[in-house]
Amino acid sequence: MKPAPFTRHVPRTVDEVVSALAEFAPLDGRILAGGQSLVPIMAFRMARPAHLIDINEVEGLDRLAVDGDYLSIGARVRHGAFHKPVIDGPLGKLLAFVVSHIAHYPIRMRGTFCGSLAHADPASEWCLVAATLDAQLVVKSVRGDRIVDVTDFLEGIMSTSLAEDEFLAEARLPLLPDDTKFGFYEFSRRAGDFAMSAALVTYRLVDGVITDACVGIGGAEDRARRIPEAENVLNGQAPSPELFVAAGEAAATAIEPLEDAQTTAEYRRDLVRAVTRRALERSTQ
Amino acid sequence: MSDKTDITLTINGQSHAIRVESRRTLADAIREDCGQTGTHIGCEHGVCGACTVLVNGEPVRSCLMFAQQADGKQIRTVEGLADGDEMHPMQRAFMENHGLQCGFCTPGFLMLAVGVLEREPDISDHDLIDVLSSNLCRCTGYQNIIKAVRAAAVEMRQS
Repeated sequence: MKPAPFTRHVPRTVDEVVSALAEFAPLDGRILAGGQSLVPIMAFRMARPAHLIDINEVEGLDRLAVDGDYLSIGARVRHGAFHKPVIDGPLGKLLAFVVSHIAHYPIRMRGTFCGSLAHADPASEWCLVAATLDAQLVVKSVRGDRIVDVTDFLEGIMSTSLAEDEFLAEARLPLLPDDTKFGFYEFSRRAGDFAMSAALVTYRLVDGVITDACVGIGGAEDRARRIPEAENVLNGQAPSPELFVAAGEAAATAIEPLEDAQTTAEYRRDLVRAVTRRALERSTQ
Repeated sequence: MSDKTDITLTINGQSHAIRVESRRTLADAIREDCGQTGTHIGCEHGVCGACTVLVNGEPVRSCLMFAQQADGKQIRTVEGLADGDEMHPMQRAFMENHGLQCGFCTPGFLMLAVGVLEREPDISDHDLIDVLSSNLCRCTGYQNIIKAVRAAAVEMRQS
């Protein structure tokens, strides 16, 4: 249970990070951020990177601030930063509610928001938040910067569109209008364990009917994503228990469920049906 | 690849000049290189919490951090809780409330609870239970740990 040998690089600036990546990524190098997923995988020797580019000393990457109409989250902003609402309004409350579901307190002191996105575990709460809120991701390399929509970033199980020399430097979450309602519900077997399904919903009420509904599902498919079929059920309707059941049904039907030894497709659909409905119920509380 | 680097770990205020490979975890360095064996190692992949220590005041899994990453930072371990012969209120509360049986998980629980209560003295009982779910104990069934931490929390708030 000891990681294999590697060479550690400690850049101080983002320029040094991308230079180091350009040099060492082809030699089996990768980024070390919080390390709360990578280091266990290394302990099991499922990963044996030859080089780790440790970004924990890089100036400025801990920046967490509002820029215009979005919240900017730097690459070494840790989960624990969201324990208390980081901004007034629904987005800060939403992030503070969701973060309590991520692993455990000591893990949240080290693990990072952007690291979760780059790791792209289908069960990741932050991937679900990013997908539901249409996050934009700032990706840097020696070849230049690009901004990627989350739908083009998350590609599958622990798979993203990052090239090997690219570094996820920042995530941008759009601010939510003050009257946004939200609800989140996650099902897992133990506190802090991986989500077997999770739902995040946001919407606004205009003249008593739902508008701008966003329904995201995580932990059920190979990546977190919005489910337009469920959003269509909600938009233009007044919230009601029957409507929430119908939205859950639409989400359960729309997904392509992941299966594993413990979880059949049918069970996963049933979980999605339940977490969607419960997230919607929480949005009214 | 196995080049070693000179670092200084400051554990409970005492400096330890050591020379470690990049792959050396903080947990192993604390125990093997600095001889501070109060910190226990259980699962070595971040699940059990036995190796929890405070780094710059934050409770972290020392098996998921590399020793070189803690160079120059303030580390606190279970050896630093007591003041001479005077136990820390958290240690005394664990004893008085039977918060341990075999004692293997205890250093991790003590550092977790002390770290969280120093950062958030007014944390609710409900949130404390969530915090204590971070670490594994296979003896007590947790009820006496919860009792101990709640008792110590009251005392720590008064002091």
